[in-house]
Amino acid sequence: MNFTLSYLLEQTINGITLGGLYALVALGYTMVYGILLMINFAHSELFMAGGYVGLGVLKLLADPAIAKGGLSFLAPMQAFFNSGTAGFVALIAVTFLISAIVVGLMGVFIERFAYRPLRHAPRLAPLISAIGVSIFLQNAALLWISSKQLPYSRADGTSFVPAKTAFTVFGVSVSTMQIMIIVTSLLLLAFLDTFVSKTRIGKAMRATSQDREAAGLMGVNINSVIALAFFIGPALGAVAGVFNGMYYGSVKFNMGFIPGIKSFTAAVIGGIGNLRGAMLGGFLLGIIESLASGFISNAYRDVIAFIVLILVLVFRPGGLLGEAVAEKV
Amino acid sequence: MAETVLKINDIHTFYGQIEALKGISLHVDQGEIVTLIGANGAGKSTTLRTISGLLAPRTGSIEFMGEVISGMPVHTVTAKGVIQVPEGRRIFPRMTVEENLGMGAFLRTKDPAGVQASMDHVFQLFPRLKERRTQKGGTLSGGEQQMLATGRGLMASPKLLMLDEPSMGLAPVVVEIIFDTIKTLNDQGITILLVEQNAAMALQIADRGYVLETGNVVLEGPGKDLLVNEQVRKTYLGET
Ligand SMILES: Nc1ncnc2c1ncn2[C@@H]1O[C@H](COP(=O)(O)OP(=O)(O)OP(=O)(O)O)[C@@H](O)[C@H]1O
Ligand SMILES: [Mg+2]
Repeated sequence: MNFTLSYLLEQTINGITLGGLYALVALGYTMVYGILLMINFAHSELFMAGGYVGLGVLKLLADPAIAKGGLSFLAPMQAFFNSGTAGFVALIAVTFLISAIVVGLMGVFIERFAYRPLRHAPRLAPLISAIGVSIFLQNAALLWISSKQLPYSRADGTSFVPAKTAFTVFGVSVSTMQIMIIVTSLLLLAFLDTFVSKTRIGKAMRATSQDREAAGLMGVNINSVIALAFFIGPALGAVAGVFNGMYYGSVKFNMGFIPGIKSFTAAVIGGIGNLRGAMLGGFLLGIIESLASGFISNAYRDVIAFIVLILVLVFRPGGLLGEAVAEKV
Repeated sequence: MAETVLKINDIHTFYGQIEALKGISLHVDQGEIVTLIGANGAGKSTTLRTISGLLAPRTGSIEFMGEVISGMPVHTVTAKGVIQVPEGRRIFPRMTVEENLGMGAFLRTKDPAGVQASMDHVFQLFPRLKERRTQKGGTLSGGEQQMLATGRGLMASPKLLMLDEPSMGLAPVVVEIIFDTIKTLNDQGITILLVEQNAAMALQIADRGYVLETGNVVLEGPGKDLLVNEQVRKTYLGET
């Protein structure tokens, strides 16, 4: 192990990359909690679903083995997506768009049929339903897709994302993948932040999370707002899921579990229910974990992440940006 | 005879097994101030919440301007111009005064000029809100929050404004301001349904009143008559 500045920088960049993924997933937890005071335990499985949908789309659009395997009408399209920078950018954009929409709709569907009927039930009921959905989705992926780890690449083993180093700062190489993750997550976070604070629908979401009945009295259609939150959160989670597959090179039916717990931790560190808190918590946790694994020991990274959580909760029970709001009576 | 704005026919509203309204009938005519008075737990708030669609009556019907609105969701009822300023103010604590007022005009997307005029009107009624327009709602004093809640209701350009205990917890001077405002609004043509603990003041400004007791209407009549009614004086005006 060395303690040079460039190593510190390298670990920090790794941390920001990881943090961007945590932040994207954490937003889904925090949005749902902010509006329904409920932890959506199925969110980590929607992240997983994003990874799978993304892989499917990538294979259809850019894996010649699929075209040769009987879907020959895909060949001309694949030729485009596999040609040069324009093809690559288009491939990535289409993959993210489709994954986000499909998983976003899954989120809306889950809310409609697994949570909404329980909206007036005791608070434990939707939580149990969420755990049920989570177990269902994991087992669906296991049974209907595969129990094995699937490589995030073409059948011939080549990656969809060129692995070449993008640029070098202070002797640290930063990969295309890392730049993509960092830039995309920052853009999406900035976009969401503006949406929620400036637009009419965004304000309706904030109002609903602050006082659902009062928002209804303003004429806000609460069911639409809740459905929208259940679209946006999983859509962002899906983006993270695709990135996760590309970055680590594979997907598996239980891949959501650990990132889910970490992202939920990030949301709590930032202040559950607070969007900027989830973003801050995500990046903080990613950087701390990365530094911990680089400078202390990889084996202790999770322990250190949870120590950070405990410290934050001891000194700021509402999270870093959360307000200590008294429970409503 | 004035046109009937709101007509409630024998509504029964339940919270689970508890029957909170046991057959309420009442009506509000165009341009009136009608007040509902009654002890704690009589069902006043439940009546307003049933009208606004936060609750659905199990039986009975509610008509607004001749159209049946009972059973409609709250945002649909709001869109018809039936605006409830809820008990306990319920402003959005982490939104600024201006954003709170903006939420009141949530459905008036096609009328920016009208919204601006309403905003000016609210600031003219409550200059205090104008001074504090960038302050977060949750940091306002109780009286200021009530002004904000009332102002937010006005931003919707109500046809029927329902106020639930607007004087609760306020200093007498602020109560005066609130009641003056209600009177002014009524003079400007807004029909008002007012729920109040402060029966004396409410009956003074009301054209008509209904007295509720455990989910039933037990008395009704012109405000002036109720004010001198033996039973009302004993029970609600604290006289012996
Ligand atoms: N959410 C609820 N769940 C169960 N019962 C309720 C609920 N809200 C009100 N009630 C009951 O319904 C009855 C009527 O309540 P309501 O709030 O309408 O009274 P109110 O006349 O507005 O009283 P106050 O003057 O205290 O505001 C009461 O007996 C109350 O306990
Ligand atoms: Mg009440």
